Amino acid sequence: MTVQTMLMLLSKGFLTTLAIFALTLLGSLPLGILVYFGRVSKIKPIRWIINVYISIMRGTPLMLQLMVVFYGPNLLLGLSVPSQWRFMACVLAFVINYAAYFAEIYRGGIESISPGQYEAAEVLGYTKGQTFIKIILPQMVKNCLPSVTNEVITLVKDTSLAYAIGTVEIFTRAKQIVTAPNINFHSMLPFLVAGIFYYIFNYIVAIIMERCEKSLDYYH
Amino acid sequence: MILEMKNIKKSFGSLSVLKGISLSVEKGEVVSIIGPSGSGKSTLLRCATFLETIDSGDILYLGKAAVSTDENGKAAYVPSAELRKMKSCYGLVFQQFNLFPHYSVLKNITDAPINVLKRPKDEVAAEAMVLLDKMGLGDKADAYPCQLSGGQQQRVAIARALAMKPEILFFDEPTSALDPELTGEVLKVIKQLAEDDMTMVVVTHEMPFARAVSDRVIFMADGYIVEQGSPEEVFGNPKEERTRHFLQNYQS
Repeated sequence: MTVQTMLMLLSKGFLTTLAIFALTLLGSLPLGILVYFGRVSKIKPIRWIINVYISIMRGTPLMLQLMVVFYGPNLLLGLSVPSQWRFMACVLAFVINYAAYFAEIYRGGIESISPGQYEAAEVLGYTKGQTFIKIILPQMVKNCLPSVTNEVITLVKDTSLAYAIGTVEIFTRAKQIVTAPNINFHSMLPFLVAGIFYYIFNYIVAIIMERCEKSLDYYH
Repeated sequence: MILEMKNIKKSFGSLSVLKGISLSVEKGEVVSIIGPSGSGKSTLLRCATFLETIDSGDILYLGKAAVSTDENGKAAYVPSAELRKMKSCYGLVFQQFNLFPHYSVLKNITDAPINVLKRPKDEVAAEAMVLLDKMGLGDKADAYPCQLSGGQQQRVAIARALAMKPEILFFDEPTSALDPELTGEVLKVIKQLAEDDMTMVVVTHEMPFARAVSDRVIFMADGYIVEQGSPEEVFGNPKEERTRHFLQNYQS
C-alpha cells in the first residue's frame, strides 16, 4: 500500500468521524434541553425516569452503551436491523449519552440565573414561554459555554469509541491498516496521521468555541 | 380606588408573615411603608404583584377582583389569562434592579411593551427615549446594564416599569442595594414621579424621603399595620409606642 492510498483511506474515515461528531451535536444539544425539562418536571414519574436515565448514562462506559444500542435490537428484541445500522447505532448511542451530559450542564447554567430574572419577567407580563426563550435561554447559553466547549472537545476524541462496534471512522481505519496481515504496511504512520487529524480538528473546534464565548462577552 | 387589599393573610410554613393587612390606594396617592426588617413589608408588595400567592383575603385592581376569599376562607385567584391582563395595571421596581443583563438599556425598556402589550416598535422606542431623558440617561440607550452604576441601573429599571404605563408603581426598597452617594439620584426620580401624580407604594428605610414625598405613611411590624396617617402625624406625633420606638432607633 502506498502512502497516498493510506492517506485517502484515512481521509474517508475522517469524514465518517466528522459525520458522527456533527450528527451527535445536532441531536444531543437540543435533546439535552428536553432532558433538562424532564429533570425538573413537576410530574414525579417523569423526573424519576430522567434521573435514572442520566445516572445510567453517566455511570456506565460509553463503549458499553454503544454495544447495547448496536446489539440490543437484535439480541434483546429479535428485530432485524437495517444495513446502515452500524453507523446509525453509533450516532444514536452518542446522542443519548451526550444529551444526558448536556442536560446537566444546562441545569447548572439555568440554576445560576438569579430568581430576580424570572420575577422581573413575570411582573412585566411575559408568558412562561417568552421568559424562557427571551430571558433565560440566552443567559443559560453564556453560562454553559465553557462547559459545553469541554464536552465538545471530549466528543471529538470519543468518536473513536465507534471502533468498538466496527464503525469505520478514522481510528478504526488506522488500526486496520496497521494490523491487517495482507496489507504489508508495517509502520505506526497511520496512527500518527490519525492523531494529527484529531489534533487539528480539536484545534479548530477550540478556536470556534472561543469565538462563540467572545461574542457573548459584551455583558456579564 | 386603584388598589384594594382586604384582610390579607400569608404564611410561609408555620411562620405567619402577614396577619390580616388591609390597604387601599387612591389615584395619585403616594404611600410609604416603613417598619423593621421582617415586618412583612416586602411580602405585602410581593402579594400585591402576585409574586406570592396569599392564603386568604381579597385583592382588587381598579375595582376588579384578582383574588377573592369565599365564606370558607379559601383564597381563589381569577384564571391566569385574566391575571396576566391585570399585570399591566402595575409595575414593580426591585431592590436588586433585576435588569436583563443581555439586553441593552433601550431593549430592557422596549421589549415588554413590544412583545407583551404588542405595541408598535417605533412608538415604543420613541417613548423609551423620552423616559430615558427624564431619568437623565438619554446617552445610555445603547449601554448594557453591567456598564452602569447601581443608581443608573435602578433608574433604567424605573423607566422599564413606566414604559408599561402602569396605573400604580410599587417600589421594594429601591435604594437599599445602593451605595449612599447613589441613593439621592434614585430618590430624586421618585420625587419627580410623585410631583407628576404617579400613584406609588414605596417600601423604604429612607425616613426623610418618606416624610417628604408621601401622602400617607404606614408603619408595619410583625405582620400588622401598627399605625398609619399623614407624614406629619406618623413622624411628628406617633400615637403607638411601637412606632415611637422604631423611629427613635432610626434617628439615633
